[in-house]
Amino acid sequence: MARYILARLLGAIPTVFLVLTLVFFAMRILPGDPAVAALGDNAQPAQLAQYRAKMGLDAPLPLQYVHFLAGLAVLDFGQSFMSDTRVSTLLLHNLPYTIELTVTAVLIGLVLGIPLGVLAATHRNRLPDDAMRIYSLIGYAIPDFYLGAILLVVFSLWLGWFPINGAGTGFWGGLYHVILPAITLALLKSAFIGRLTRASLLDVLGRDYVRTARAKGAGERRVIYRHGLRNALLPLSTGIGLSILATLSGSVAVELVFNRPGVGQLLIEAIHQRDYPVIQGGVIIFALFVVLVNLAMDIVYVFVDPRVRVQA
Amino acid sequence: MSGKLLDIRGLSVEFGPVRNPVRVVDDVSFAVRPGEAVGLVGESGSGKSITALSVLRLVPEPPGRVSGHILFEGTDLLPLPRSRMNAIRGKEISMVFQEPMSSLNPVMTIGEQVAEVLMLHGETDRERRRARVIELLGLVGVPDPQSRLSAYPHEFSGGMRQRVMIAIAVACNPKLLIADEPTTALDVTIQAQVLELMLDIRRRYKSAILLISHDLGVIAEICERVVVMYAGRIVEDAGIRSLFAGPKHPYTQGLLKSVPTLFDDRRRLYQIPGSVPTPGSSRQGCSFRPRCPVALDRCATETPPLIHHGAGHLAACWAIAAEDAA
Repeated sequence: MARYILARLLGAIPTVFLVLTLVFFAMRILPGDPAVAALGDNAQPAQLAQYRAKMGLDAPLPLQYVHFLAGLAVLDFGQSFMSDTRVSTLLLHNLPYTIELTVTAVLIGLVLGIPLGVLAATHRNRLPDDAMRIYSLIGYAIPDFYLGAILLVVFSLWLGWFPINGAGTGFWGGLYHVILPAITLALLKSAFIGRLTRASLLDVLGRDYVRTARAKGAGERRVIYRHGLRNALLPLSTGIGLSILATLSGSVAVELVFNRPGVGQLLIEAIHQRDYPVIQGGVIIFALFVVLVNLAMDIVYVFVDPRVRVQA
Repeated sequence: MSGKLLDIRGLSVEFGPVRNPVRVVDDVSFAVRPGEAVGLVGESGSGKSITALSVLRLVPEPPGRVSGHILFEGTDLLPLPRSRMNAIRGKEISMVFQEPMSSLNPVMTIGEQVAEVLMLHGETDRERRRARVIELLGLVGVPDPQSRLSAYPHEFSGGMRQRVMIAIAVACNPKLLIADEPTTALDVTIQAQVLELMLDIRRRYKSAILLISHDLGVIAEICERVVVMYAGRIVEDAGIRSLFAGPKHPYTQGLLKSVPTLFDDRRRLYQIPGSVPTPGSSRQGCSFRPRCPVALDRCATETPPLIHHGAGHLAACWAIAAEDAA
């Protein structure tokens, strides 16, 4: 098992490397000059040149790339152009907020989505199923920032139930601040997870072993949860992995709407200011997340499905 | 009690739209006595499996619509509330299915799955359950049952899985064991072993057996009485000797004629001309008429009733009715 995990992690290096290279060059091809962004439109050419020299931006592109990789090799993401802070410090400061948001959102999404899917599957083509279909259609269609803005206006501005921005301190403060942005993401995810659960459960409930369970005299509840859902969750775990990643990418917009600290917020600011090192650091973090979540889901699979055995 | 354990009366099962239904089982009536082994024969699509599933109410409703009466020890099962039905399933009536490869839950151990039926029907003690599971698995011929408890179905062969299914079915000493083509999906050598096991279980538990098969040879090994179905209806119902010695219905005669024997000098095997009508096609008259060598005029318009032709030998055919009358 340990060898399998190690092999998978090593296998992920090319992926992360490719993403990095892409981002490195894409950022530099895009219009916009970090020196202008930092010093303003009225800066003198001499000042701009001095700034570029200081940040290493006057070197030829391949050389910058080599420098960047050399830094990475010793886990040095470099320094922010804007704030003279180390990128690693910025990331470490913002990462917990993003994780807090993503984890809360995914949990709420699962708690909401799985029962909705079960309800739809067990009431196929009846009212709950139709309602679920409409719910998920809306969930698929509505953009996260838009839903976030609506919830913010209704629950924070009008009703005053939740804070308007920030992240709060301490466990309860954090929870109080994270709940509305998390619900924003969770509502959208629950539509996806609900649909997935419904399809998977319907498939499983038609299987022969479910008929066997009924023939044994198992009650409907036991048939659905013990025999049905447990098998239905197997294909679902892949979907949940995807959903975690979608939530993570959704957190970028939601952090902006709710003005929460987080890697997403950090990235957006960095892109505005052409703060290359921060963008690169943020993207590395996201790429690592994708790799780790996928790996985690594959490992979960090994534990829940006895038929899957790992060959290292 | 009238000496009937299971008494099916006028059972019909329909699928499809209410206005234009497809009637898969059409007015089927027969009975199984306590301890008796009855075979239900017919081609694919004759409605025999659906008939068997109806007894345990395992035909999904909707889309299926089941009507008629299924009396088990005098109680009609069809209107029974779900909870009472669940108390009967697996305890009073149990079932072995055709597909051993897919009939066990892939994420539960063999031990859990056998123990579950014991737990559902009142065995609360974990240790006693475990002991009984080991005993049952040994009984059905799973080698080294103790160490196989924690194995998963995918680690078992088809024959072994069918043995596990049989262990589940007999775990609570059912009064009626329904076996739906229990050997069809297995290799010939394994088929013989599973049949032997069914015979052994019959001797041991005195359960009645309803064996569904398309294979008259299999039925002959185990059953005393045979019910022959064709296109959703019963065409003949007779004791096994009586049926083999003198099949009445032209369809049964055709079936028996088409069984090859070791001493056959025929160059071609016999086959009944034509093919089974698709379910839902016109049910006017006798559905076997288009393939029947002795069809009369009235066969086209009137459906023959299932009537006695000699002691305990029922058949539904106008031609033999006419013969009897003559």
